[in-house]
Amino acid sequence: MSNIRKAFENGKAFIPFITCGDPDLETTAAVVRSAAENGADLIELGIPFSDPTAEGPVIQGANLRALSRGVTTDRVFALVKELRRDVSVPMVFMTYANVVFSYGAERFISTCRAIGIDGLILPDLPFEEKDEFLPICRKYGVDLVSLIAPTSENRIAMIAKEADGFIYVVSSLGVTGMRSEIKTDLASIVKVIRENTDTPCAIGFGISTPEQAKKMADISDGAIVGSAIIKLIEKHGKNAPAFVGEYVRSMKNAIKKL
Amino acid sequence: MTNPNGRFGIHGGQYIPETLMNAVIELEKAYDHYKNDPEFNRELGELFNEYAGRPSRLYFAEKMTNDLGGAKIYLKREDLNHTGAHKINNVLGQALLAKKMGKTRLIAETGAGQHGVATATAAALMGMECVVFMGEEDTIRQALNVYRMRLLGAQVIPVKTGTATLKDAVSEAMREWTSRISDTHYCLGSVMGPHPFPTIVRDFQAVISREIKEQIRQKEGRLPDAVIACVGGGSNAIGSFYHFINDRDVRLIGCEAAGRGVETFETAATIATGRLGIFHGMKSYFCQDEYGQIAPVYSISAGLDYPGVGPEHAHLHDIGRAEYVPITDEEAVCAFEYLAKTEGIIPAIESAHAVAHAMKLAPTMDKDKIIVITISGRGDKDCAAIARYRGEDIHE
Repeated sequence: MSNIRKAFENGKAFIPFITCGDPDLETTAAVVRSAAENGADLIELGIPFSDPTAEGPVIQGANLRALSRGVTTDRVFALVKELRRDVSVPMVFMTYANVVFSYGAERFISTCRAIGIDGLILPDLPFEEKDEFLPICRKYGVDLVSLIAPTSENRIAMIAKEADGFIYVVSSLGVTGMRSEIKTDLASIVKVIRENTDTPCAIGFGISTPEQAKKMADISDGAIVGSAIIKLIEKHGKNAPAFVGEYVRSMKNAIKKL
Repeated sequence: MTNPNGRFGIHGGQYIPETLMNAVIELEKAYDHYKNDPEFNRELGELFNEYAGRPSRLYFAEKMTNDLGGAKIYLKREDLNHTGAHKINNVLGQALLAKKMGKTRLIAETGAGQHGVATATAAALMGMECVVFMGEEDTIRQALNVYRMRLLGAQVIPVKTGTATLKDAVSEAMREWTSRISDTHYCLGSVMGPHPFPTIVRDFQAVISREIKEQIRQKEGRLPDAVIACVGGGSNAIGSFYHFINDRDVRLIGCEAAGRGVETFETAATIATGRLGIFHGMKSYFCQDEYGQIAPVYSISAGLDYPGVGPEHAHLHDIGRAEYVPITDEEAVCAFEYLAKTEGIIPAIESAHAVAHAMKLAPTMDKDKIIVITISGRGDKDCAAIARYRGEDIHE
């Protein structure tokens, strides 16, 4: 069983997203530790990309801030290596296809394996293009995470049947970012997923409050939160780890008893 | 040339968010149906001829030919189309297709503003809503085009992210499309992005080479020796090349924007300086750093100021069927001035890149050889910027 599966064994999973290197890599390390200590079940680490087309303004800003401070793929690898000395919570990378492709897919994915990264989320790699990286991911035991969107409809079964690790269910149309209301009929999407696979599924995009997380985790296996955490980091800078820890605890508490 | 999975050799593909997959599949199905539909083709032909003013002229540039002293030079006058550029060919095709698909709203990206103006024009004509994304930097460089789009009823959204130029406008249009799909068609302006866009846009622009072939046969009784066009994403170039791809004796030459030179960082010459990557939905060549971060490119021409190139061009380069040459700002500006003074034709600064290469090539060729240069657009929009480049403080 992959480590990612273990993230879903402690009740509903809470999955925070953190852009590496915003405001700097030391703060990222402290934020990751704080999230892990406060109940994060799986942590998504964003490797910044110059043109993150699936992100809303909040995460776009974090990407550009990190890049302007000289964060590179190699520095992110070094960060993870350092974190893995004491952090055992499953971790996945979230980045864009060109970051992996340009590094050399085999070199990138074998490094993921070596430093203890459990999976890879690439929002610009749909089902039709997954062979770009999937054979290499399977060779090194790094789960290539599939995404399912509100518009997937007839594609849900096809994607779910071949999914590794966990399934990232995109809650709403559009890009990442906080939303006051999520209107998609996610229960129906999750139902089709469950008819086709026992791979766990977590819902992300637009979730920021404990109430929303509870609602989403109630109908799936977990909730993913990005922009709300990035906003905390943007607001508190180097003091962010304590605030993120407190936030992660409140979110995990809201969903764990479901 | 397109494989069923939208590949041109190793290039192309559909590297986009899952949210958009059904939209591009629906688009591909609709296009496959309508491209062979006689009624669709009749309507499009009528729009081309009656509205856009096609066929565009193939003009013998006699003074330029005599002055350069080599090959005979013909100009394919896409600048004479309605809205002043080749962009209208693609836009009329896509807008008509979108209308048949039941879409009521067009979104588009624009660099220099030519594609935005063309999309706003088609939307006005067909009674559709229109939103154009334009880098904030470009809204300043091309303020007149912003006004034209608004006059045509479009909403222009300045994009402030990244380098605030064409690539950021594409990213923002893609983001907008993921948030509103059911009533909206993304009218992509070049032969780029995810399949089926590179094929659809190429097919609508292929009218350029279809006409060149007929016209040159009429005037010269044979095919040209070289066809030259500028390349940003590459839509006027692929349109100019397409029907000559199987005519192996016709040299196909794309002119990229070298900006301040391919040895500097201020360049947009993708094939000269880029490497293989995955961005904006396609695998192709991109200007990028060692970690795959997309480079902030530069050219005096807002329309060529893009860090990638369409996948079919990347493939034509790989197989050696087309040549791609870099042209600097200075060379393009000289060509802009030269064509104005020699032929009384002010080309778009984009098209001036193609003219610049012809000025180098023609004198090396015999007088019985023939070159066709595609003048993709007219240069009125560029006059103030070129004046400033030459040190004259002119504002629109």
